[in-house]
Amino acid sequence: MAELLQHLVNGLVLGGTYALLGIGLTLIFGLMNVVNFAHGEFYTLGAYVAFAALAWAGVDFFVALLMAIAAGAALGWLCEVTLLRPLRGESIDTTMLVMIGVWIAMQNGELLVWGGVAKSIPHPFPTAPLVLGPVAIAPLRIFVLVLAAALIAASWLLIQKTKLGRAMRATFQDRDTAALMGVGIGRIHAATFAFGSGLAAAAGALLGPVFLVYPSMGDLASLKAFSVVILGGLGNLPGATLGGLLLGIVEELGAGYISSGYRDAVGFVIIILVLLFRPSGLFARQERIA
Amino acid sequence: MTRAGGWLLAAAALTLPLWLSSAYHLHVAIMAGIFGVLALSLNLLLGFTGQLSLGHAAFFGIGAYTSALLTLKGAWSFWAALAAAVALAGAAGWLVGRLSLKLRGAYFVLVTISFAGVISLVSVNWIELTNGPLGLPGVPAPELFGWSLRSKTAYYYLVLAAIALSYLVCARLVKSRIGRAFVALRENEPLAESVGVDVTHYLVLAAVVSAGMAGLGGSLYAHYTRFVSPEVFLFTYTVTMVVMVVAGGKGTLAGPLVGAVLFTVLPEALRAAASWQWQMLAYGVLLVLLVFFLPRGIVPAVQALRGRDAS
Repeated sequence: MAELLQHLVNGLVLGGTYALLGIGLTLIFGLMNVVNFAHGEFYTLGAYVAFAALAWAGVDFFVALLMAIAAGAALGWLCEVTLLRPLRGESIDTTMLVMIGVWIAMQNGELLVWGGVAKSIPHPFPTAPLVLGPVAIAPLRIFVLVLAAALIAASWLLIQKTKLGRAMRATFQDRDTAALMGVGIGRIHAATFAFGSGLAAAAGALLGPVFLVYPSMGDLASLKAFSVVILGGLGNLPGATLGGLLLGIVEELGAGYISSGYRDAVGFVIIILVLLFRPSGLFARQERIA
Repeated sequence: MTRAGGWLLAAAALTLPLWLSSAYHLHVAIMAGIFGVLALSLNLLLGFTGQLSLGHAAFFGIGAYTSALLTLKGAWSFWAALAAAVALAGAAGWLVGRLSLKLRGAYFVLVTISFAGVISLVSVNWIELTNGPLGLPGVPAPELFGWSLRSKTAYYYLVLAAIALSYLVCARLVKSRIGRAFVALRENEPLAESVGVDVTHYLVLAAVVSAGMAGLGGSLYAHYTRFVSPEVFLFTYTVTMVVMVVAGGKGTLAGPLVGAVLFTVLPEALRAAASWQWQMLAYGVLLVLLVFFLPRGIVPAVQALRGRDAS
């Protein structure tokens, strides 16, 4: 029982960051119809920015997180404006190939800049775990979970309560009508991509100190983000949140009770099974945003 | 390509070991050949049915492992192991094809990636069978009538025969009723279905043939490098195949071969000037540039330049 609780808590921490990754991707995929294989690279970028900020500049953890988000959003915006905007209206395969190109280029760029050796991010939290009844949890992990929850809530507020969010929802429902009603589709696309990339970078900056940072870390992050999107349904924000938590918990349980070697297989199996049996996602009545 | 040009190229390929004496150059030619088989295989799916498989390294790796394990542990002959590699990879292709019956575009891509991910994890974790990350050294060189094909020249001809076979299979398939069904499926699936093309059947068929061909490439690779490890499942292999097909011209017969030769020779030529990471970086940038400036690939562009119908 104590072991199960421990796995659940660890899974929740992991799942919170998966949810961040998934929300970013589900918005980009759902709203722009772009299969963003470079999503994991923004996660890696966030982790490296946090590393540079904390290890070299020695700034506060919050500042490092904000810097990571800003870097991810800025590069995401640049990517959208230079590469995706000219291709709007092209087939989904065309933009997918471009994003595969961006993925390879970014990952090897990171390899050139940072080298292949994994780095650990120094963090200001005590390493002694907090013991709460049967469960022990490192303060860093609590911090990660709380911040992930805050970012998820902020994303939800942005989508539901702001003018930009309303324009995004309108674009998702019917792009042409939204454009006729005066929504600047180009601006919405750029904002969506920047926002999604910023969230991915935040996930990287949060999970980076928990694990290690290395150039190919984004590959698995991309795939996990895709499994979250598929679990939750395209463009479904609460679905992505629940899907992320579910993936994190199932992974922890799988690693704990079945075999740790197959931990990463969980995401792959989820992709295959959900696409086979419930292609619109576990939580969706239909494809939607919000 | 004109008929005379084709014969000239065939003659050049057949006599290559005569005027290419350096073992290193022959090695590059063999690798180009193996990748040629792989690119032809990917093109069958990507170019003709329009479905991108980003898990092609899985079929390549299944072929390599099957062939290596059967010759090492089962003491099978190379030829029997080769056939088994093609069959098992084809069966994996059938499985993926059946699994993704109703999935198109991005969802098909994700299933193929996931399949490759699971297979790769199995190769690392099923240590009793695969020896895990350490891999399988000492894969024997093929023999033909008791005559070892260990020399590079002999292996070159083996690979050349494999390319010729793959090319013929593709050409026969594409120019037949089946090939027209593939293209119909790519261009307009509902229309194809409405005139009676059994879309599912043809997609599975394309996946099986494509995967079997990738398995052939895997077997040839295993018996050439004489070593198989989970690295055969590296995403890099899939990316290389995609770049070759897109650059050469997807949906053409010659395109994948042009791409394979170009992207095997070019990195080798640039090896002194640029490290591996720079080359991979360049691959990424190149893929983006190709989509923007040469979306149909080299072969169709050349055909268009020569004022012919680029088909």
